[in-house]
Amino acid sequence: MSETKFLNEPLDDKGGPAQPLLIVRNLKKFFPVRGGILGGKKAMVQAVDGISFKVKKGETLGIVGESGCGKSTTARLLIGLIEKDKGEIIFDGQDLGGALPLRELRRGVQMVFQDSYASLNPRLTIEASIAFGARVQGLSDPVGRARKLMERVGLAPDRFAQRYPHEVSGGQRQRINIARALAMSPRLVVLDEAVSALDKSVEAQVLNLLADLRREFGLTYIFISHDLNVVRYISDRILVMYLGEVVEIAPVDDIWNFQAHPYTRSLFSAMPSMDPDNRTKEPPLAGDPPNPINPPSGCRFHTRCRFAETVCSAKAPTLRSLSGGSEHLAACHLHDLGSGHSKAGKELAP
Amino acid sequence: MAVVDTEFLEDPISEAGKGYWAGVGSRLMRDPVTMVCFAILLLLILAAILAPYLGLSDPYTGSMIKRLAPIGTEGHILGTDEQGRDMLARLIYGGRLTLFIGLTPVVFAFFIGGTLGIIAGYAGGWLNTVIMRTVDVFFAFPSVLLAIAISGALGAGVFNSLVSLTIVFIPPITRVAEAVTSGVRGLDYIDAARASGASTLTVIRVHVIGNVLSPIFVYATSLTSVCMILAAGLSFLGIGVRPPEPEWGLMLNTLRSAIYVNPWLAALPGLMIFITSLCLNMLSDGVRSAMNVRD
Repeated sequence: MSETKFLNEPLDDKGGPAQPLLIVRNLKKFFPVRGGILGGKKAMVQAVDGISFKVKKGETLGIVGESGCGKSTTARLLIGLIEKDKGEIIFDGQDLGGALPLRELRRGVQMVFQDSYASLNPRLTIEASIAFGARVQGLSDPVGRARKLMERVGLAPDRFAQRYPHEVSGGQRQRINIARALAMSPRLVVLDEAVSALDKSVEAQVLNLLADLRREFGLTYIFISHDLNVVRYISDRILVMYLGEVVEIAPVDDIWNFQAHPYTRSLFSAMPSMDPDNRTKEPPLAGDPPNPINPPSGCRFHTRCRFAETVCSAKAPTLRSLSGGSEHLAACHLHDLGSGHSKAGKELAP
Repeated sequence: MAVVDTEFLEDPISEAGKGYWAGVGSRLMRDPVTMVCFAILLLLILAAILAPYLGLSDPYTGSMIKRLAPIGTEGHILGTDEQGRDMLARLIYGGRLTLFIGLTPVVFAFFIGGTLGIIAGYAGGWLNTVIMRTVDVFFAFPSVLLAIAISGALGAGVFNSLVSLTIVFIPPITRVAEAVTSGVRGLDYIDAARASGASTLTVIRVHVIGNVLSPIFVYATSLTSVCMILAAGLSFLGIGVRPPEPEWGLMLNTLRSAIYVNPWLAALPGLMIFITSLCLNMLSDGVRSAMNVRD
C-alpha cells in the first residue's frame, strides 16, 4: 500500500468534505441534425435536457437507463470532451469555464471507456499508453508511475510493459485503461460501461479492483451501466435517466426496495430473476423510446406509461423528494399530491 | 487485496518487446515475391547511380553507320537507337532521370497531401470542407489530362514536370489521408488522450500520425509506378525531358518510328518502365500486408 501511496497526488481538496465533489445544474446538450442541400440545421436532438445532480466526495453514483437516454453524452460532458450548451458543472466548488479551466478539470476527472481495445492506441506499448497522461500533465516520473500502477492493477510490469494492446486479453486491457485513467491522480473517475464488454468472471474481478482502488486512492466514481446488478454492487446511489432527463435518484437500498417512478419500475421488472417462483409481475415496457428530436410533451414517459393521464402530457413533473427530507427523489405526478393526477398518492405509494 | 491474475502465467512466448518495425522487417523477409521485387528495384537504382563507373559507352555519342543495330550486335549487346547510340548505356543512364522524376513528385505529394489530409481529417467541420472541396476540384480532371495541362502551361522541362506531377498526386493522397485520419479520430483512445489534457498537436503527434502513416505510405508507394508512367508520358509528348537526355519515356517516343524496322529494340524502354512499375506495385502490396499487425 505504501508503494502506491506516492502515486496519489490529487489536486487539493478545496471545498472541504461537505462540499459535493461535483454539482451538475440544469445541464443541456443539443446536437444539430443537418440535412438539405446547404447542410443547414433541420432539427435538434435533445440528448441531455436539463439534468441536475450532485456527487458527494468518496461516493459512487450509478447512472442507469436505456440505450440512447443520454448516459454517455452526460459522461462526455463531464470530462469536457464535448461542450455543454447550457447549465453548470461545478467541480469541488469551482465552476467549469469560470474559476476552473478545462485543463484543470482534465487533471481531476478521468474516464474509462467501454471498448477496451478502441481506447488504447494500438501503436503504443502499454507502458507508454499509461505514462502518456502523466507526462502531458507534467507529473513526476511518468514511466515509474505507469509501472507501479500496472503492478497495482494486477499486471506484472516486467511482463506487460513492452507489450501492445492486441497482445493482451480483454480483461487485462480494461485494467490497463483503469491504470491509464489513474495515472493522472484524478479525484473523479467516470466509468462509462467500463465492465459491460467483459465476461462475468472477469467483470467481477475488475469490479473488485475498482472498489479497492476507490478506497485506496480516495476516489469518487460515476458508474454508467445498463446492468442493474452491477450498479447495485458498486454504487451508493442510483440515478435513472430517460430520454435525456433524470426521472429518479435514490440511495441504492431505497430504490431496490421501492421504485417510485413507473419507468424505474419497468426497468427493474425487466431484470431477470434468479428465482423461478418469483416471475416478472409487471408487464414489460412496449416499443422503443420516443424520438429525442421531438420528445413528447409534459412527462416524456407518458407515451409508454400505464398510469398516464391528461395531466402527464400537459405538465412536466419536477424532480422532488418523496417525503420530507428524503434522499429519494422522483419526477412523477403520482408522487405529487397537488399535481391533479387522479391516482396521485394512491398508486405506487411507498 | 489485489486481484490475482493468472492469465499471464501460461502466456505463450509472443513477439512482445521486439518493436513494431522489427516485426514488419521479419515479415517482409519471409515474403519471397516482395524480396525479389525489392532486389530488382535496388539493382535498377544502383545501376542508375553507379552508371559512370560501369564501363558503358557514352550515351550521347552515336554513329551514323551503326543506326538501329539489332539486339546482340557486337559491342552493343542491346543494339543501338535511331542515332546509333548504345541502347544499354542509354537505358541505364535513362534510369537516373526516369526514377528521379518518378519518385520525387510522390515524395513531395506524400508530405503535402499527408499533412493536408491529416489536418482535414482531425479538424473536421469547416476546415475539412474547405480542404476537401478544393481537392475535389482536381478530381474533376483525369490525372493524365491534368498533368499535361499543368506542364503545358508551365512549359517543358524537368523541373516543371516535377511540379505538375506533384500537383497531380496531392489530391489522391490528401483524400486517403483524410479518410484514414477521420476514421482514427473517432476512436476512444483519441478521446482518452484529449481528456488527459494533451494539446491538439501532441495528440496528433503521438496518437494520430503513427496510426495513419502506414496506409498513406503504402498508397503513396503504389502511386510511384503511376507517376513514372505519367512522367514517361509527358516526355513522350515532348513536354517533359528534352532530347538528347536519355529518359525511358522520351526514348520510347523517339524509337517509335523504328517499330517496323526493329520492334524489339523499340520495346526496350517500355519493358524497363513495365518492370519498374510492376516491381513497385508488388513491393507496396508486400509492405501493406507486412505492416498489418493483426492477422
